[in-house]
Amino acid sequence: MFNRKWIAAVAVGALMVASQALAADKKVIAVSIPAADHGWTAGVVYHAQAAAKEINAAFPDVEVVVKTSPSAADQVSALEDLSASRKLNALVILPYTSEELTQPVKAIKDMGTFITVVDRGLTDASIQDLYLAGDNIAVGANTAKFMIEKLGGKGNVVVLRGIPTVIDDERIKGFEDTIKGTDLKVLDIQYAHWNSDQAFKLMQDYLAKHPHIDAVWANDDDMLLGVLEAVKQSGRTDIKLALGGNGMKDIVKKVIDGDAMTPVETPYPPSMIKTAVYMTVANLVGQAPVRGHVKLDAPLITQANAKEYYFPDSPF
Amino acid sequence: MTALTQSAPARNDRQFQFSWTDAGPFLALAVLLVVGFAVNPDFLSTTNLGNVITRSAYVAIIAVGATFVISSGGLDLSVGSMVAFIAGITIMFMNMMVPGLGLWAIPVGMAIALLAGLLCGLANGLIVTVGRIEPFIATLGTMGIFRALITYMTDGGTIPIDRSLREAYRPVYFGTLGGIPVPILISAVVALLGAFVLYKTKYGRKCAAVGANEDVARYSGISVIKTRTVAYVIQGACVAIAAVCYVPRLGAATPTTGQLWELQVITAVVIGGTALRGGKGRIWGTIAGAVILELIANLMVLSDFVSEYLVAAVQGVIIIIAMLVQRFSR
Repeated sequence: MFNRKWIAAVAVGALMVASQALAADKKVIAVSIPAADHGWTAGVVYHAQAAAKEINAAFPDVEVVVKTSPSAADQVSALEDLSASRKLNALVILPYTSEELTQPVKAIKDMGTFITVVDRGLTDASIQDLYLAGDNIAVGANTAKFMIEKLGGKGNVVVLRGIPTVIDDERIKGFEDTIKGTDLKVLDIQYAHWNSDQAFKLMQDYLAKHPHIDAVWANDDDMLLGVLEAVKQSGRTDIKLALGGNGMKDIVKKVIDGDAMTPVETPYPPSMIKTAVYMTVANLVGQAPVRGHVKLDAPLITQANAKEYYFPDSPF
Repeated sequence: MTALTQSAPARNDRQFQFSWTDAGPFLALAVLLVVGFAVNPDFLSTTNLGNVITRSAYVAIIAVGATFVISSGGLDLSVGSMVAFIAGITIMFMNMMVPGLGLWAIPVGMAIALLAGLLCGLANGLIVTVGRIEPFIATLGTMGIFRALITYMTDGGTIPIDRSLREAYRPVYFGTLGGIPVPILISAVVALLGAFVLYKTKYGRKCAAVGANEDVARYSGISVIKTRTVAYVIQGACVAIAAVCYVPRLGAATPTTGQLWELQVITAVVIGGTALRGGKGRIWGTIAGAVILELIANLMVLSDFVSEYLVAAVQGVIIIIAMLVQRFSR
């Protein structure tokens, strides 16, 4: 009895999907991204949905479908579901992990789908038609350049790094390579896991350990929030600069307001997903050539250009 | 009743016999302080110790509740997510009430937090006791639920507290009363209450009895369901108190708030001498355990011995050594 009901339900469901696929001769772009589990991915979700809404309104014959997945395994299933029910003209994907997603994305590529990979690369670069990412080395390097300039080439710096990953390593490398040869001295560098609570504690400890700190660099804005709270609590006045990175709206707002301690910001913007979706649509609709590697720079956000990076409605 | 009078002299014996073990966590604490001072004299500065003890307050407060749950033979993995969830609810309600109530939104919000904590604890307790589901699995489930709810409430980002409340609420974390930081006072009060209930009331003894041997407790006329459920409710209340102290620190709740705190809480309880299999609870040991955990982390940063890559390994080694010392000093 139960079984028969299920079969009926599945049959009806399949019919509905099939009729939908027949009815739609729209060009379909699937956007597969991680679910929002912290600030940056929340930003990615926000901008992906914004892009979908804008493009669906602007191009009646294009349909952008956004699918979020809470884990790599879920993302693989989501890809299967997306490609099973209809033909995908393009896939824009921010892979959860490189290794696990490479084969599933290749399977979709083999069906003739245009593949755009964002931020985290796949292990086989030949799968992607377009690769778009930010520049993590520049995030560290540009922050360091500003610090050197602002502190006159010398001073004591403490650094908070995130979770041991390539992203974190590249940011730190960019920073360390740039201050090499100057009198800027890194007093301390520790992991705070891109978490504001842990950054708060770590900064308290830095303040207890080092009697004179000129500048703090937290390589992510979530951590910078904790740092600023700890500095405020200590009442110390030796800290001239506290810089972050990523482009969180609260920090960009500080730059707009001309904050003395955080006068600049370096972007690793979650809105890059929007760039990727738009470029993919440009290829699909306008035949604009977009194949290749695109590396977004991480220009300093200053009071002059901060508005460009400020999204008050975004969760990040 | 007879059971209680008979066990009274036995308890005295045990206390005398085991006093060395009970002192274990405090000895470990003292050793850490000495080592810390040797490594970096700044370690014992009042600012540093004040900071460390203040921030151990959350884990300490939650761990007091966990001492009840664990000594009654349960386990609660959901506390970290629950802190985040309650902090989110608290901020949302406070923000909502600002236009009508002004600064009164803070105390009303706190009351709502406490209510939410009691309900969350009750839910955990009922699933475990009435639903007869293994505490590990039941609270693993609610852990996921609370974490997902806070992620949903924040859209994956943050819920910041209303600016007009921020300054007024700040003293709950950053303020002092008679020179002592407020969170330390709050955790001291929670610990005192916890110690009183666990050591001096009938309920405390029931808790240990249920944890030691469920069947014997049932035959002695103790309601196992009631005792365990109340332990989870106490846990919920403690989590709510921790959340109320947490909100003013960074003024926001995020999906990463309280992540992995459940492990810190359980570690603090076990370092403190409470048996993970139940039957024995040590409130003051738990508090010492919470402070030890923070001190170790603090010491790692203040010393230059350990590479940043190995910090977690050294912390693990210290915790295992502390447990071994306790085991063999018995």
